[in-house]
Order: sequence, then C-alpha cells, then structure tokens
Amino acid sequence: MNGIHDLGGMHGLGPVNPESDEPVFHAEWERRMFAVLMATFASGIYNVDEFRHAIENMAPAEYLATSYYEHWLHSLEQVMIDKGQFNRSELEAAWSNVTAGEAA
Amino acid sequence: MADHDHTEPPSDTALRVKALESLLLEKGLVEADTLDALIQLYEHNIGPQNGAKVVARAWSDPDYKARLLADATPAIAELGFGGVQGEDMVVVENTSEVHNLLVCTLCSCYPWPVLGLPPVWYKAAPYRARAVSEPRAVLKEFGVEIRDDVEVRVWDSTAELRYMVLPERPAGTEGLGEDELAALVTRDSMIGVALVEGA
Repeated sequence: MNGIHDLGGMHGLGPVNPESDEPVFHAEWERRMFAVLMATFASGIYNVDEFRHAIENMAPAEYLATSYYEHWLHSLEQVMIDKGQFNRSELEAAWSNVTAGEAA
Repeated sequence: MADHDHTEPPSDTALRVKALESLLLEKGLVEADTLDALIQLYEHNIGPQNGAKVVARAWSDPDYKARLLADATPAIAELGFGGVQGEDMVVVENTSEVHNLLVCTLCSCYPWPVLGLPPVWYKAAPYRARAVSEPRAVLKEFGVEIRDDVEVRVWDSTAELRYMVLPERPAGTEGLGEDELAALVTRDSMIGVALVEGA
C-alpha cells in the first residue's frame, strides 16, 4: 500500500541532522521496547509484514510526529490484539496500573 | 460493545511501554531474562565493529573480496556474522568511479548483523525522503563532496534484502594489518555517508 511511510522523494522535511557519538538507545524505554519486540517476534506470533503493516496503518500525522520506537510500540500493541494474545481491555487495565503506580 | 469507556494510553511513552512489557510478562509471552539478554547483545556485542572486520578482510584478501561481492551472505558468515535483519545481504563496492549510498525509504531496513541498530537519522523522515532525490546534497550535509564525474548509486533496502557499502581503502594504508584497517572503518562509511580516512 502507499501512504505516509512511502517517503522517498518527499519535499519539505528539513535537514538530516546526524547526531555525533550517538548512543544505541536514547532512553531506558527504548531498550525495553526493542527487547519486547524482538522477543515476541522470535516467538513467531506475527511476521514482519504484519508488524510493518500496523505501522503503515498509523494516522499520517501521528506517524510523522513519532519516533521509530514509538512506531514499534503502536504496532506491537496492535498486532498482539489482532492475534488474540490479549484484548483491548487487558491493555487498558495495564495502562491504568502503571499510571496508578506512578501516582502512588 | 456498548457503553465501553475507553481508557486513554498514558501520555508518557515510557509508561505505555512499561504497561505493554508488564502485560507480556504476565501472559508469559516474554521472559525477563530474554529481554535483558537481547538488550545486552544489541547494545554491546553487535555493531559496526562487525562490518569493519568484513571490510578489513576484503581489503586484505582479494579472494575474500571476490566472494563477498559475488554472494555477501555466506562471505559475511565466514566471519561469524549473520541472522536477524541480515538474512540476505548484498555488498556494493565504492571505487574511483562509483559511490554507493544506502537508505530505506519505506521503513528503516538496515543490516543489523554487520552494522548493529540504525542511527536515528537513518530512520527519520528527512534522510529517507531526500537520499533518493538529492543524494549529493545529503552527502554534503555529512561533509562528503563527491566529484561530478563519480556516479552516485542509491540502494533502497527492503525487509528481505539489506545492503552494506564496501568503502574505498584509503591511500597510505598498504602496510596495515586487518585489525589496524578495521579500526579505520566507521559505521557511516559502510552506509555511504562518509569516506574512510587514512591512518
């Protein structure tokens, strides 16, 4: 499918801005996101095309405004629900738990 | 699904990732030890130092270089590198007539076994958009000027096929061994956004 991810040749996105001495990860949550993706991918629950399709289905403005590992987060939540590994209510409960834990 | 009050995800991405990880752990879909091992592996053990060894070997051994350019995946495996995101590799050689540049316009496909995880700029929209339409301008932003009579070839990676650039061996390195050569080879030179500088 075409869509916002099909960026080749698009104008107006600005300079490349490479970062010198860039670390592999920029935050602990990026490490955790990387690891849960790799571990679930290795288990064969979904394939790379399903994973990418869920990224490519993101709302275009959200796709452009979010980072690589945020794309992964969005996609992994979606494919795990699509594959019946957990449902939306369970994910929402997990959100409530971490938010409550943070407030406590 | 009547009257279901949706809970919004936490606005803090770190919390949202924490929620997902805790749910996956609770469901037994991932194990904590595996997660820690994966982070260790990709943060410390797999990186451009692997690709640099491949380049140094190719510079030092013409037979190896021929194998690498003919069929990269098994040649790279000779040095012990391979696996996820490098299942099918092609190595493209920079010469006095051709400069190669890698991109993934659709996503962020990148040869993990030899270069590790990609830098942020490789995954971000500006590079993916512009590498194919104005590669020389992009190279200038990296401080690389390619002469007009040198052809610039841009390779758009896919989920199935990953590229690595074999940079030109710099002049004045004839006496160096493989380890010394590998130390000169940078990640950016194997993406094609840098040249390898002499010792």
